[in-house]
Amino acid sequence: FTKPTIDANTWEDLEDALLKADFGPDVTDSVVTDLRAKVDRFKTTDPKDLQRMLRETMEERLSRLDTTLHLSERPAIVLVVGVNGVGKTTTIGKFAKFLATYGRTVVIGAADTFRAAAVEQVATWAERAGAAIVRPQHEGQDPASVAFQTIEYAKLHGTEIVVIDTAGRLQTKGGLMDELGKIRRVIEKQAPVAEVLLVLDATTGQNGLAQAEAFIQHAGVTGLVLTKLDGSAKAGFVLAVQEKTGIPIKLIGQGEGINDLTGFTPHVFAQNLVG
Amino acid sequence: MATFGNLSDRLAETFKNLRTKGKLSPADVDATVREIRRALLDADVALEVVKDFTGKVRERALGDEVNKALNPAQQVVQIVNEELVAILGGEARRIQFAKKPPTVIMLAGLQGAGKTTLAGKLAKWLAKDNHTPLLVAADLQRPNAVNQLQVVAGQAGVAVFAPEPGNGTGNPVKVAKDSIKFAIDKQYDVVIVDTAGRLGVDADMMKQASDIRKAVDPDEVLFVIDAMIGQDAVATAKAFQDGVDFTGVVLTKLDGDARGGAALSVASVTGRPIIFASTGESLDDFEPFYPDRMASRILDL
Ligand SMILES: Nc1nc2c(ncn2[C@@H]2O[C@H](COP(=O)(O)OP(=O)(O)OP(=O)(O)O)[C@@H](O)[C@H]2O)c(=O)[nH]1
Ligand SMILES: Nc1nc2c(ncn2[C@@H]2O[C@H](COP(=O)(O)OP(=O)(O)OP(=O)(O)O)[C@@H](O)[C@H]2O)c(=O)[nH]1
Ligand SMILES: [K+]
Ligand SMILES: [Mg+2]
Ligand SMILES: [Mg+2]
Repeated sequence: FTKPTIDANTWEDLEDALLKADFGPDVTDSVVTDLRAKVDRFKTTDPKDLQRMLRETMEERLSRLDTTLHLSERPAIVLVVGVNGVGKTTTIGKFAKFLATYGRTVVIGAADTFRAAAVEQVATWAERAGAAIVRPQHEGQDPASVAFQTIEYAKLHGTEIVVIDTAGRLQTKGGLMDELGKIRRVIEKQAPVAEVLLVLDATTGQNGLAQAEAFIQHAGVTGLVLTKLDGSAKAGFVLAVQEKTGIPIKLIGQGEGINDLTGFTPHVFAQNLVG
Repeated sequence: MATFGNLSDRLAETFKNLRTKGKLSPADVDATVREIRRALLDADVALEVVKDFTGKVRERALGDEVNKALNPAQQVVQIVNEELVAILGGEARRIQFAKKPPTVIMLAGLQGAGKTTLAGKLAKWLAKDNHTPLLVAADLQRPNAVNQLQVVAGQAGVAVFAPEPGNGTGNPVKVAKDSIKFAIDKQYDVVIVDTAGRLGVDADMMKQASDIRKAVDPDEVLFVIDAMIGQDAVATAKAFQDGVDFTGVVLTKLDGDARGGAALSVASVTGRPIIFASTGESLDDFEPFYPDRMASRILDL
């Protein structure tokens, strides 16, 4: 955006920037069309105005949804889901610490009974966060029963918040997606689910939308967590996710440390997205 | 992915239109190239690679080989396919074994890409071929990465070198270095070094990877990358090439429905061949990478 007036190059640069930030061709077209209309309407010629308008458009589009977590039930049950390796377990560690700072008591359910050393990993995070943990009683235990026992624990001990870790699964695996539905149903026999958080990796491209749609269908997602925003990926795909699904981003992960988790601020995110 | 249509669908649609006509006008070529561009972008191929690719296809599509072809549309399909295979590496390449054992294979990549799982897959596959692999726990960062590698080694039925507990304790460069001596003493013929996930923008961690590389002098450095990655594939691949340099690429999570545009991006930007495809969570879900199959998978021809 260093050129003095808006010309064909400015528009091409804008399009390139959006595509490189993973907005995808459809959203890029719609954003560019929007901005062309605005530039015409306001008879703007300064590329700086264009950039400001872009940031405002983004911020406005990202601000439409309610980004607050709803954790008023007792216990408040939070189920964490997503594809393999996106950062579910790490997010749970950070989230437990985040809740503990607000004086909440937390128990984590180690319901990833599948992946190698997943239980040990989440146990390390529970210890770091000062949270309790309920582990499977035997190897390969049904994850739904671990979730069930975690809620029993919370009820018995008066623990305020229950966070359930689940094994990573690709959204195309029918059997594994059905298993999520089962975990949810088993939980709901005891208490309502407060939040189902879908963890999305910022490095993901257009597949993020397919992930969101499938997890919404099978697990009833209520909020998105965007991880690995400390890298060079911009995560522009979440705009399409938000607009097509109406599910808000509720948490942002920006590192591997226990404090690297924040709430979602449209202003900051838009700034990071478009400069 | 039915909601927005994949690369194969889009190209099939474009080519169907072309097949109904006899000759290709420059306008036809433009329209096709636009469709290909859009399809590649939807498949997460990096923009600079898309530009490069469509430039080449356009040039060839406007040339004599197409005009003189009996079926110009078919000829364009052919060109797209050829160019894809060329970028993806032509012939399949195999692991390079050291003349004098042990062969050292180092794994590197972003967090969560599938390195540790791959270590187990490689080990199991090599063991079946009468090799005696040793897995090295040089990720001392991620919580319980060492336990994970031990479990994976158990599943693969191979040995593991894990002198440090990890979780922030121990020096990964030293572990890597010591593993080579250990392997020579105990006569393991392949050493597979698992490393911590790291971001391309993390200078300290890239330096650590480079130090591990220097310490073990590997025969292969495999860059492990998730097939779901988007436009960031280019920046990340360049950062790993500059930071550690790698000799080959492994594309993971190909069992999903991501089109895997990263394959094109990484191969094109780094010139390094993709050697293996990882296709699931179990240790047998792993196969050599065939460029022609990947091109066909992308194009659905
Ligand atoms: N840089 C960075 N790394 C992260 C972040 N969140 C998680 N990670 C790393 O990503 C890797 C995978 O994290 P996990 O929490 O194990 O991911 P997961 O979704 O639980 O993985 P599975 O259970 O195997 O599906 C680990 O190396 C984490 O340290 C983040 O916000 N930034
Ligand atoms: N579906 C599928 N999952 C895979 C594949 N490869 C690895 N995974 C899963 O992806 C997640 C991350 O795998 P890891 O092997 O722990 O990845 P990593 O690169 O070692 O992760 P860090 O050490 O945290 O950087 C785990 O849940 C694996 O089971 C694959 O090809 N397909
Ligand atoms: K990933
Ligand atoms: Mg996990
Ligand atoms: Mg690992």
